[in-house]
Amino acid sequence: MIKEMVCVSCPIGCMLTVELNDQNEVLSVKGNTCKRGEQYAIDECTNPVRMLTSTVKVNGGKLPVVPVKTAKPIPKGKMFDCMQVINSTVVDAPVKMGDVLIQDICGTGIDIIATNEN
Amino acid sequence: MLKYDLVVIGGGPAGMAAALRARECGVQKIIILERAATLGGILEQCIHTGFGLHYFGEELSGPEYAYRFIEELKKTDIEVKVDTMVTDILSDNVVVATNNTDGILQIQATAIILAMGCRERPRGALDMPGSRAAGVMTAGTAQKYVNIDGYMPGKKIVILGSGDIGLIMARRMTLEGAKVEMVCELMPYSGGLTRNIVQCLDDLGIPLKLSCTVVKTHGLERLEGVTIANVDEYRRPIPGTEQYVECDTLLLSVGLIPENELTRMAGIEIDPITNGAIVDEYRQTSRPGIFACGNVLQVHDLVDYVTQESQIAGEGAAKYILSKKEANNADNTIRVKAESGVRYVVPQNINRSTDKDVKIYFRVADVYKDTSVVVTCGDEVIYKRKKRKLAPGEMENVAIKLDDIAKLSGNELTVKLEV
Ligand SMILES: Cc1cc2nc3c(=O)[nH]c(=O)nc-3n(C[C@H](O)[C@H](O)[C@H](O)COP(=O)(O)OP(=O)(O)OC[C@H]3O[C@@H](n4cnc5c(N)ncnc54)[C@H](O)[C@@H]3O)c2cc1C
Ligand code: SF4
Repeated sequence: MIKEMVCVSCPIGCMLTVELNDQNEVLSVKGNTCKRGEQYAIDECTNPVRMLTSTVKVNGGKLPVVPVKTAKPIPKGKMFDCMQVINSTVVDAPVKMGDVLIQDICGTGIDIIATNEN
Repeated sequence: MLKYDLVVIGGGPAGMAAALRARECGVQKIIILERAATLGGILEQCIHTGFGLHYFGEELSGPEYAYRFIEELKKTDIEVKVDTMVTDILSDNVVVATNNTDGILQIQATAIILAMGCRERPRGALDMPGSRAAGVMTAGTAQKYVNIDGYMPGKKIVILGSGDIGLIMARRMTLEGAKVEMVCELMPYSGGLTRNIVQCLDDLGIPLKLSCTVVKTHGLERLEGVTIANVDEYRRPIPGTEQYVECDTLLLSVGLIPENELTRMAGIEIDPITNGAIVDEYRQTSRPGIFACGNVLQVHDLVDYVTQESQIAGEGAAKYILSKKEANNADNTIRVKAESGVRYVVPQNINRSTDKDVKIYFRVADVYKDTSVVVTCGDEVIYKRKKRKLAPGEMENVAIKLDDIAKLSGNELTVKLEV
């Protein structure tokens, strides 16, 4: 199978053509002008990950919500599952920068941490 | 009257970085005046990550980026007044501000740094017929509702303009359960970063319609839908291409305007292209002792560049305050001009007797492939470098060496593109 994608590792944005076999293994990457492009293509085809940012409700804080992020990028396919957990979570003030608000979200082994005070 | 060496107007990333650098350079009495309840500026609502890659070498969210500077400020004796709005700058660098506790304040400053940021182009700035139904707002307003106030302003959304804030909000609203029908972009290319197109639209299957605009809004009390149409090469709607799209919310992400009311009131010269002040290499405006940096000077896409620019302004203000430097001598000024393909340059002026290399920042007018950026002085080529890709969405820069500046034969530098 052939997949086309834009490399977003730098602003040049090379068009990449990736050749995959039936086991979804990368056979070749073309169109990249540097090594990062090849790595990007392999990651995107085998294990695409994204940072997820959102807000969590706060009881008794200065503001109704506090911004949060995943401590590390999570698998792209788990974003909506994680959003459900985040949206059903309420924490009590005070919240400090970097506080872990949800542990090991959706079995990813990754925590949700606060990115501001409240 | 209160007296300060330096008054910084605006406590966003620009104001904070400028104040901190001026302090490092030895300026004693510094105060930051901020109209909002907290420091941090617009970063407080930009909760996505992608800030600080250049400056800190990590990907921070907006509030995390701001927090680092707020913590630095706390370690200094720089004074901060929040909930304080600056209303005027009088002659002799007197700043007029107002708040609930002090009433009206007059502050005598030796130097002033303008760091008021920018605001989004509102609906009024667009020529869009239709009722004035609720549900039409800027993407930044929606960003504040969702990320600070914690509620969703709509369920079925159309976004006009593919600037980064619009793209970021397309993803944010989708993750929160809204249906983002499409992003319409007037130009044949997006003004946003490719990374945002991929991760905010493609990832979530949101269509990006290029050369397309909203020609009418429908609904009386609440928005019920919009009519979109394709546009021709002159950006005029093409009759017969109209299409009705049902939605309850229209987000506008159609550009930012530097917030320069104070700058104009102070009689400072404004560049008609950037809509910001005309400045020299230390970001000093046409009024001696008044400096400008950040989005109030030119619209930035990367906060890292805002920080860098503001540190230059902080250093410039420190030099001015500590040496009581004379105003720039016009004979000594090299004018920097933008030509063929280059839309604008900052700084617009350089002092021949400057004491450092000067980076000239610019934006191009269109998408260009395999072109050279060339800087000339008369017939002499000072700088030439090939670029694989240039786009209006990415701010570029060229560095001119101190030695080259001193040696220049003329009084004008031109930055242009050559195929
Ligand atoms: C809605 C919006 C969303 C954005 N999203 C992104 C993004 O996602 N990613 C990104 O990289 N960049 C984004 N930007 C660009 C971002 O603004 C800059 O990166 C950076 O925040 C600019 O810093 P600044 O300090 O120049 O301006 P700001 O952060 O806007 O700070 C200016 C400050 O000055 C204060 N002020 C203004 N006038 C007065 C006055 N008269 N008296 C007292 N105080 C005053 C304001 O209250 C504000 O706090 C966004 C901009 C906007 C408008
Ligand atoms: S392949 Fe290399 S040069 Fe091309 S976009 Fe990716 S990182 Fe940039």
